[in-house]
Amino acid sequence: MPDTNELLQLVPKAEAKQSMKDFKSDQEVRWCPGCGDYAVLAAVQGFMPELGLAKENVVFVSGIGCSSRFPYYMNTYGMHSIHGRAPAIATGLASSRRDLSVWVVTGDGDALSIGGNHLIHALRRNVNLKILLFNNRIYGLTKGQYSPTSEVGKITKSTPMGSLDAPFNPLSLAIGAEASFVARTIDSDRKHLTSVLRAAADHPGTALVEIYQNCNIFNDGAFEVLKDKDQAQNAVIRLEHGQPILFGAENDKGVVRDPATGDLKVVAVTEENRSQILVHDAHDASPTTAFALSRLADPDTLHQTPIGVLRSVERPVYDTQMAEQLETAVESDGKGDLAALFAGNDNWTVVG
Amino acid sequence: MTSQVSSPAEQADEASEALVGGQRAPSPDHTGAGEKEIRRLDRVIIRFAGDSGDGMQLTGDRFTAETASFGNDLSTLPNFPAEIRAPAGTLPGVSSFQLHFADHDILTPGDAPNVLVAMNPAALKANIGDVPRGAEIIVNTDEFTKRPMAKVGYETSPLEDGSLEAYNVHPVPLTTLTIEALKEFGLSRKEAERSKNMFALGLLSWMYHRPTEGTEAFLRAKFAKKPQIAEANVTAFRAGWNFGETTEDFAVSYEVAPASQTFPPGTYRNISGNLALSYGLIAAGRQADLPLYLGSYPITPASDILHELSKHKNFGVRTFQAEDEIAGIGAALGAAFGGSLAVTTTSGPGVALKSETIGLAVSLELPLLVIDIQRGGPSTGLPTKTEQADLLQAMYGRNGEAPVPIVAPKTPADCFDAALDAARIALTYRTPVFLLSDGYLANGSEPWKIPEIDELPDLRVQFATGTNHELADGTEVFWPYKRDPQTLARPWAVPGTPGLEHRIGGIEKQDGSGNISYDPANHDFMVRTRQAKVDGIEVPDLEVDDPGEARTLVLGWGSTYGPITAAVRRLRAAGQPIAQAHLRNLNPFPRNLGEVLKRYEKVVVPEMNLGQLATLIRAKYLVDARSYNQVNGMPFKAEQLATALKEAIDA
Repeated sequence: MPDTNELLQLVPKAEAKQSMKDFKSDQEVRWCPGCGDYAVLAAVQGFMPELGLAKENVVFVSGIGCSSRFPYYMNTYGMHSIHGRAPAIATGLASSRRDLSVWVVTGDGDALSIGGNHLIHALRRNVNLKILLFNNRIYGLTKGQYSPTSEVGKITKSTPMGSLDAPFNPLSLAIGAEASFVARTIDSDRKHLTSVLRAAADHPGTALVEIYQNCNIFNDGAFEVLKDKDQAQNAVIRLEHGQPILFGAENDKGVVRDPATGDLKVVAVTEENRSQILVHDAHDASPTTAFALSRLADPDTLHQTPIGVLRSVERPVYDTQMAEQLETAVESDGKGDLAALFAGNDNWTVVG
Repeated sequence: MTSQVSSPAEQADEASEALVGGQRAPSPDHTGAGEKEIRRLDRVIIRFAGDSGDGMQLTGDRFTAETASFGNDLSTLPNFPAEIRAPAGTLPGVSSFQLHFADHDILTPGDAPNVLVAMNPAALKANIGDVPRGAEIIVNTDEFTKRPMAKVGYETSPLEDGSLEAYNVHPVPLTTLTIEALKEFGLSRKEAERSKNMFALGLLSWMYHRPTEGTEAFLRAKFAKKPQIAEANVTAFRAGWNFGETTEDFAVSYEVAPASQTFPPGTYRNISGNLALSYGLIAAGRQADLPLYLGSYPITPASDILHELSKHKNFGVRTFQAEDEIAGIGAALGAAFGGSLAVTTTSGPGVALKSETIGLAVSLELPLLVIDIQRGGPSTGLPTKTEQADLLQAMYGRNGEAPVPIVAPKTPADCFDAALDAARIALTYRTPVFLLSDGYLANGSEPWKIPEIDELPDLRVQFATGTNHELADGTEVFWPYKRDPQTLARPWAVPGTPGLEHRIGGIEKQDGSGNISYDPANHDFMVRTRQAKVDGIEVPDLEVDDPGEARTLVLGWGSTYGPITAAVRRLRAAGQPIAQAHLRNLNPFPRNLGEVLKRYEKVVVPEMNLGQLATLIRAKYLVDARSYNQVNGMPFKAEQLATALKEAIDA
């Protein structure tokens, strides 16, 4: 891939050509058979050789949950930490070691419930992290309670009469938290998933990738409408930067701006309105359209779900600036001198 | 607070009643007719008290700096409310700064002030109870008007109703004099009034023959961008000095000679606990040849360490102000994984939030310093006051068996050495380490003998660079949990090292390989091994200061060192034998502690909690240790402690 990202240049490259096998650890994968996590793992392991970084300079950090077992299966450095804290731990690692490519693997409960605070702050700081948020809209590891992305009224073990709380929209939340890179993809679409990973890896700063992931035990088929070939044509909107936002079997539907509200809406494409179809601009400095896109899907049916890179803008990266401050301090004050520091400006000498 | 427990100066120390008498006694240093009398004192305790907005902490700091550069031994006790500005003139808004300085070695900020500077009625009311009869009180009479007095419940003026007859009161219209002195500056009344603390400082500097150049230079530097304000403050400061020199009310000034016998040869500076701790951390990073990484969230009284370390980026120090306490330690732990000397700084409530991550660090076996500047608890408690009540939290406050070594500094300057010692343990044994300082050490200050750089310990560590294990089939592999047989430390293999890719986590892992393991026998082994690693940490034997036939041992830890030592001196001066020992390492305890405890008929443990060390001692050594406790947010007073120890001896 082309090295457009300067920060990626700080990470040593692999000396020899790598294969997917190089990134598989010797650990037995222990997810439930049929879990969507397998597909994501295979996609990441398959993408890593393309990225071409020395695998000892790649680190996966996770929290707690089914998806957080991910690092054990990657033959890189890894830390399976504690619930919700992976973005904080990864921030410390990434901000102290710019020669590393640091990835966070998290789930909807880990990232948005117990770890919500760390996620939003990582995003606003724009630390050089790639965050893969596996969203299955359920708690899997604790055996089936509703999650902060579950639809209202979800019947689960902890909500026998239906859940009451309105869900988060992870991408709206991320954009609201000043995220510089926000994308969505689907576990079963290897090609799309890989293209999003590629864009995320190439982004300087925090990249948040929401991966719709099927939990076949506790929430099976949650994203079926986006996967079923017939339904998907009308449900999935594939965003591509610089292209008009069209979908449907014949690209017969499109997204336009509603002149009355400024919001986005879907229309049947006609000769009259073709010129008004929105052209996707992932690099738009304003987050307004990306935010509207993040909320375009019908929360109940998931119809009109945009996938792809919603937003990708460059802004200062926390760890770069932190390193620059250290350099500036040395330039202006000289390299730290312990003896001078201790002596201070106000001391006295006692002679024997 | 610099010399050893059995200093030759001990007999003279801390006898405050004698001192007040001494101040008033005729002196051989009378300088003759026409000139003011100068008396020589061996030590003085001054307390500046005023409203939170009156700048009492700054005034105290400056007097301390002058005193330090003059060469006295000293010890300070800043005392201020948690509110930034409580309503002006009220009792809750009173802020004070006590300074004890002497021509000999001293150990505490002093029990009772010889001089109280009260900037308003609230300051007088809040502090008069601590002032012994016969002491000097300088009051700002301008504030003793009806409303300010009514605010604190004075129905009549204490300056006029005879209630202060037992004291040597100096009524000074500080505000008026300051405004008068600054009338050429064209400042508003309010602006001019703000320099009244410098007037007071000038007056006290005259009274005690303090050097003044440092303060003038300080003011000019502090207000470099506002030269008019700088000159106004210098002028007020000089006016205060001249007022003392000329007014008849101040007939006597005092000299406290430098403590030249106390200090071994060397270069000294004044230092607070938090500053010493910050320097210790920077030094530890240098000595370990590792970048220092601080992940922290602001909290009183620990924030000054974050502020200080943030100033020293040219030492390669990274400071990360996190979104919360958990992220502070999380980032530190992430940096530790990457090969930094990682630190998090906090106080008790923050430790509670960090507990889970400390447990993770125990499981990951990575070096990490957890600095707890203890304050009054529980919950928010007393943010600006001192306490030692986090010992059991540090010792046990985690889920599962999660042993963490604990070190505790005993004086402000000792925070430097304690930081180096905590780093030594963390790096050698690959473990989180608690450093338990407290509000009293953090903000208090004393002279510090600046160490020579080549005297600092070598803390260098060796990262893992290659495989360390051969599998049955002959394959060479890296095992992240294969331990050093001596220290039981596991290898520290940092990302970026080829061939050592490995995964660590909070789930129990197989001994050696580090792979996830739920095997019962393995868990039992790993729990015991982590405990054995901490139990096996090398710490120096406990030293006992025993004059001879003592049958009672007083055992302390942390910041009670000063008051306990002062109390012990008093008892010995009065002919009471008593032995003293002070713990630097609280987990593990020194190897000889059990043997030391059994040598004495009685063991007394004074603590600023309800007996936490005593609980540990009793449980571990089956010794009938007796607690003497105080949890009022203030350090022990030497006299009170001496009385309590005497009662214990006699019991």
